[in-house]
Parts: sequence; C-alpha cells; structure tokens
Amino acid sequence: MKHLISIDDLSKDEIIGILDKAEDFEDVALGLRSCKILEGKILANLFFEPSTRTRISFETAMKRLGGEVVNVSAQEASSMAKGETLADTVRVISNYCDAIVIRHFLEGAARFAAENSSVPVINAGDGAGQHPTQTLLDLYTIRKECRRLEGLTIALVGDLKYSRTIHSLIKALKLFKNKIYLVSPEILALPEEFLEELDGNAEKAKLEDIIESVDVLYVTRIQKERFLDEEEYRRVAGSYRITPEIVSRMKDGAIILHPLPRVDEIDVRVDSMRQARYFKQAFYGVPVRMAILSEVML
Amino acid sequence: MKELVISKIREGTVIDHIPAGRAILVLKILGINEKTKETVSMALNVTSKKMGKKDIVKVEGLFIKEEELNKIALIAPNATINLIKDYEIEKKFKVKLPEVVRGILRCPNRMCISNSREPISSIFYVRAEGDEVFAKCHYCGRKIKDLSQYLL
Repeated sequence: MKHLISIDDLSKDEIIGILDKAEDFEDVALGLRSCKILEGKILANLFFEPSTRTRISFETAMKRLGGEVVNVSAQEASSMAKGETLADTVRVISNYCDAIVIRHFLEGAARFAAENSSVPVINAGDGAGQHPTQTLLDLYTIRKECRRLEGLTIALVGDLKYSRTIHSLIKALKLFKNKIYLVSPEILALPEEFLEELDGNAEKAKLEDIIESVDVLYVTRIQKERFLDEEEYRRVAGSYRITPEIVSRMKDGAIILHPLPRVDEIDVRVDSMRQARYFKQAFYGVPVRMAILSEVML
Repeated sequence: MKELVISKIREGTVIDHIPAGRAILVLKILGINEKTKETVSMALNVTSKKMGKKDIVKVEGLFIKEEELNKIALIAPNATINLIKDYEIEKKFKVKLPEVVRGILRCPNRMCISNSREPISSIFYVRAEGDEVFAKCHYCGRKIKDLSQYLL
C-alpha cells in the first residue's frame, strides 16, 4: 500500500513522475477535459487543524477525477478525539473509504495514522513536521514557471523554524542542484537537523544582499499558532515584508511564491506584478493532488 | 594479589566496561528493578586501565538475550558481556549498537505523536559517529545525542 507521509518517501524519479502526471491532469483541473478514473472511490478528509486551500484542493481534485469526498471537520475530528485515540479513529474511518488525507497538530501523526490504517494515508501537514503535497505543488510551480528544477537560486524567506512547508521543501530541494539562501530572523532560523540535510548547499543571507540574484523568492507567513510566547511572536512578526520596491530589484523571469495564507509579509501591491505567482501556485495544487490521489488509489 | 570488588557468580550475565555512573541506567534498559526476581550486584567507580573508572553489573541466574544486551550500547558502547556457567566464562562478546530501538528512548519533542496518549511506542533509528551515538525519532525526525538523558 502506498502512503505519502514525507517527501523522503519519494525518490527523485518518483517526484518527477508525479509532476509529469500532474501536467497531464492540468486540463482536467481546469474543467477542459473529463477524466473519471476515480469514479466509485471515496476519499476521507480528516482535518484536526483548520485548512482551506489544502482541504478544498484535495476535494476538488477528487471530484474532478469522478470520486466522492467525506469531510471530517476540525471540530468533528477534535470532538471525536476527546473520547477516542487517533489510532482508533483511523481504524474506523479507513473502513469507510479508499484513502485518507490527514492534517494533525502533532508531528508524526500522519505516519502513526498510516500504521493504523487499512487504506493509503496522505499527510496534509503534521504540526511543524512535514507537508509533502505542498512541496510537490511547489516543485511543480517552480518547474512550470522557471521551466526547470535545477540550477536555480532559491531564497527561502520568513519562518524557517516552524514552517512545515519549508521543512518539506528543503528535503526535496536537496535532490536537485540549486543554490539556496536562508533569510529569516535569527529566532526563526532553520533548525540544525534541516541545515545538515542541505549538506552545505545553503547559506544564511540578508534579503537586500541577494534579492537581485534570486530566481525564486519563497516567502512564508510567521505562524502565530506556533508560538508559545505571544511576546516573542510580536517581536518577530512584520520583521520582513516584500514590497514593490524590493520586487522591482528582482531579475527578469524571477518569481515569488507563497504557500498562503499570507498576513502582511507580501504587500498586496505586489499581487499585480509579473513576479507574483502565488495564486497560480495555489491552483497548481489541484492537478498535483489529482496526480497524488491517482497514484495512491489506483 | 588482585582483590575482587564483588564476588564471582555461579551462573548469569556480567556486564563490564560500563562508563562510571551508568550501571543503574544499564539495569533500567534491561528492565531489571526491585520487582524482578534476579539478584544483582554492582560495582561502581572501579579503577580501569582502559577507562579510568568504570562500572560493572552482575546479574545472577539469568542469561540475558544478546538482542536485549545490545540495547546497552546506547549508553555504554564499549560494554563487554560475559555469560557465566559454573563460575566459568562460557561466552564473551562486545555489545553491538542496534539499528532500531523500540520503547527505550523518549523523544524530547513535546509535539511528537510518540509523547501523546496514543497506544504508541517510541521508535528510534540509531547510528554511531566516531565515539558518539545518535538516534533519530521515527515519527517526528528529531535527532538526539547523549542518549542517557532520554531513557524512558
């Protein structure tokens, strides 16, 4: 049985295979072609943490491929969890469906869910751990918009400590030959274990020093919910902000990505600039998740 | 004449070359405590040519399985084992670091699922780098060293 828990579970060839498959599904995601290969299948969305984009794009992807979706909301999931362990919840729900998408606030929850499930489990974010489907759509966006996945200069900006998006992306980027800059307040610097994984291919930098050389500016939100100390959050929030002035220094063909939602780390005036690709990135979540769903369920 | 710190045992397991101060932790790893029936003698801070100071543990009447004994390598990578029968050494070997340990180490990441109320045992992947032993949590990926701090 195939699960997708961490980007580490995939080889470089498997990643490229999923991206190629997503490319084939793009016209289906746009509603231009019908493809009902998941007809008769049921996907359970099991979300213990709120989600908009991830949940809806999984639901859209499943429906575009002819499948059905059962949604278990954060509120239902947490009330279920009050009386029942995650292990039991997953054992029960896996009897009702053909695959489970899970988001949970504890790290490793998706792997544990997979160990207790009789159907494939897809990790849609486990605390500050991994978010592999976001990574696949990030890679897809980079490949589509930059026309390659290697030989790029990529700056990761913002919360590098708690962002699971960043933690997953870093694991994937090490498979491709890119120059990586890490731009963050010291308090939100990339944890040592991820730095080790990059094996010397990344360096800490200041945005103003590298902005003219980057091909991809990947910006993340400082997540209030990851801070135990609100004072600490206030100190670092708003410590970086991408403005039109900064963007105007970027080279031709450079792009800005963001996993969304944003708060105020990207000025809304940037949205209309040609470098802004974060809404397109959000759309790419649908064909990429179609590829993932068909991969685990067929 | 060499003086014996603790007496010879007729039958059982002797664990030697334990870093000084870790004998109790060795018993903890082996699950030996006041509720188990084995007679245990310990020598602490014994002078050692190789180690300066070391601890020794003798467990009478019990041949501990090699798989169990290898878990000791997490905190005593150079420990040697003597299996004793009729006061003679029947088998002698050095502990070998296990690749995976279950239910022995605690993940320090409080947001790791292995620390939740779920029916779950911690799983760590173990490797040595030089003299140091590292372990990586199967669930959250957290890496730890100085493993004696994380014994359950």
